[in-house]
Amino acid sequence: MRFALSDEQRQFAESIDQLLSASDPAKANRAWAQGQHEPGMRIWQALAELGVQALIVPQQWGGIEATPVDLVVAFERLGYHAVPGPWVDTVAALPALLPEDHPLAERFLPGVASGETLASLVLRPHVPYALDADVAQARLLLDGAALRRFSPGQVLSSMDGSRRLFEPVPGAENEADTGADTGAGTVTAETEAAFDMGVLATAAQLLGAGQWLLDASVTYAKQRKQYGREIGQYQAIKHLLADVATELELARPLVHAAAIALGGDTAARDVSAAKVACARAAHLAARTGLQVHGAIGYTAEHDLGLRLTKVRALVSAWGTQAVHRTRVLRGMPEHGRVG
Amino acid sequence: MDLDLDERTTAFRDEVRAWLAENVPKRPLASFDTAEGFEQHRRWEAKLADARLSVVSWPREYGGRDASLLEWVLFEEEYYAAGAPGRVGQNGIFMLAPTLFSHGTPEQRKRILPAMARGEQVWAQAWSEPEAGSDIAALRSTATRTDGGWLLSGQKVWSSRATYADRAFGLFRSDQDSERHRGLTYVMFDLRADGVRVRPIPQLDGEPGFAEIFLDEVFVPDADVIGEPGEGWRVAMTTANNERGLSLRSPGRFLAAADRLVRLWRETHGDTETALAARVADAWIQARAYQLYTFGTVTRLAEGGELGPESSVNKLFWSHLDVGLHETALELLGPDAELSGKTGWPEGWLFSLAGPIYGGTDQIQRNVVAERLLGLPRGQR
Repeated sequence: MRFALSDEQRQFAESIDQLLSASDPAKANRAWAQGQHEPGMRIWQALAELGVQALIVPQQWGGIEATPVDLVVAFERLGYHAVPGPWVDTVAALPALLPEDHPLAERFLPGVASGETLASLVLRPHVPYALDADVAQARLLLDGAALRRFSPGQVLSSMDGSRRLFEPVPGAENEADTGADTGAGTVTAETEAAFDMGVLATAAQLLGAGQWLLDASVTYAKQRKQYGREIGQYQAIKHLLADVATELELARPLVHAAAIALGGDTAARDVSAAKVACARAAHLAARTGLQVHGAIGYTAEHDLGLRLTKVRALVSAWGTQAVHRTRVLRGMPEHGRVG
Repeated sequence: MDLDLDERTTAFRDEVRAWLAENVPKRPLASFDTAEGFEQHRRWEAKLADARLSVVSWPREYGGRDASLLEWVLFEEEYYAAGAPGRVGQNGIFMLAPTLFSHGTPEQRKRILPAMARGEQVWAQAWSEPEAGSDIAALRSTATRTDGGWLLSGQKVWSSRATYADRAFGLFRSDQDSERHRGLTYVMFDLRADGVRVRPIPQLDGEPGFAEIFLDEVFVPDADVIGEPGEGWRVAMTTANNERGLSLRSPGRFLAAADRLVRLWRETHGDTETALAARVADAWIQARAYQLYTFGTVTRLAEGGELGPESSVNKLFWSHLDVGLHETALELLGPDAELSGKTGWPEGWLFSLAGPIYGGTDQIQRNVVAERLLGLPRGQR
């Protein structure tokens, strides 16, 4: 047993951090919310050159076939920097939905790996709206066993402005060039896999966003003075931030373990446990971050707000807390050990 | 990154599982805070020691089997999953022994550790004093130099197991002019020695789980001082880190409790009730999180890292997990929640309440996390 990230995985995270620190994702996030996609797409392309989109795409389709652990390492950083775009749909869920020999794999996955294709997925019932469907080339809707294409309908506004959601307008059943290959059995298993991968990537994003909120709050608490001293000297502030740090520290191993468990018997339970814990921790980080920052954190100008609304949106995206707790309860062992 | 066990570790775990299935008492032992229960537990510790399962991570020469940290964590999982008795020797095994391994002399280790491993000598901790609490540096009990040793005087309080234990360990101020962390000496003493008076203090359950210790010029030989006189604070920090960190609270107990909670949930409510479902799920998720976080720590320590502020992260997390888990169980039990001696949950709940207090309160742990992990400035409390 070696339950720790490898040096390569840490270096990968650092290289994503370096790239994103130099490319102002917060500005791109605000532009994206206005429907201006260019700055966000430049970041999309830059990350493609690092191989982020190719992580779990099979080599046959131009991918790297990295592990799900590598994937969550990347998504934690995407969440940290509030990078806009349909990352979960395109990079995590779509490759899981389309196994190597799936008729649509050849059509979509090479473009995913190279950064040219964006995907927007609707997986009913828990992912009912289509994220960024206006910029996505791969628009797929899964409803039970049926796989369909859809076009973007009415635009819906999310509390997180950079999450541009659309009502999906489905085409005919099995229209998506798949012929007879969307038989109920296969699609259901693949839907499960795609959902689990999307949930896991969302959990990792939440973890990253929560970590940013904590880091920003710690930095602020060291600078901001009240009554003649930095507010970080006050126990009231310290204790709030210590609780956030504790929740985040303990949520992270659930994400890593769930990435290891993918494909196995406990995958659904483990990704759901990760999502519940990351959502809890990130939500606490957001609420605490606002409390520590005070009114400045309540303004649209401050980057805290980008995460505050994004975190709450992601808490309900890809399954609510109640949905995932139910999955955890269902997956808990009948007897014996928890692990 | 993986969670796979190698062959040796799997074999060890399977051996432990099989032995426990065969040997764990079918009926729970009496509380080790009663005279009868204390002797039952002593016999259980000896039985464990006969199978070399009393102190698996210690070197063989002291009764252990050189188990790795990972094996020890797995041992604990098996131990609690099997419903084995709580360890009456835990103060010695998990707090004093690590200190002896770091700072003791070969003579001290040889004299003290094997007897401790067998439960022949059970140790009480004697940290707190009436004015000190979590602020150990405010200690006032004294150690005064005399021929061949020291004379201890003063008063200790909240000493776990002191009512029935044989010996105790703690810090004493050996330099009267010193302040705070300086001039303290780490001393072991006999609870039956001349000049020692132990006054049991009943805990919430009525049993004398801790005690006051009054010391009036109690002689201890130089051989019972650990480390250099005056360096007791530094020596004690090893122990404090162990208490807050891995040693006292491996994930096994919480995993077993979460497992029992899930069974209780299935038996009492199943799918019919939703208000408590979220709490059951969260308790299980947290126990799992703590297990995995510990595997991460074990990996880091195996690769040469040290236990730092994460020992405080641990304690903050498990102490809340433990209380929440037990309160959920009591909710599930409904009107039976208050009945002692039936389900074990009310007793477990009482025990869990001590978690956020002992070994450094929640508030102390939060300060450590904020200052040492997050780098927030020290300031007025």
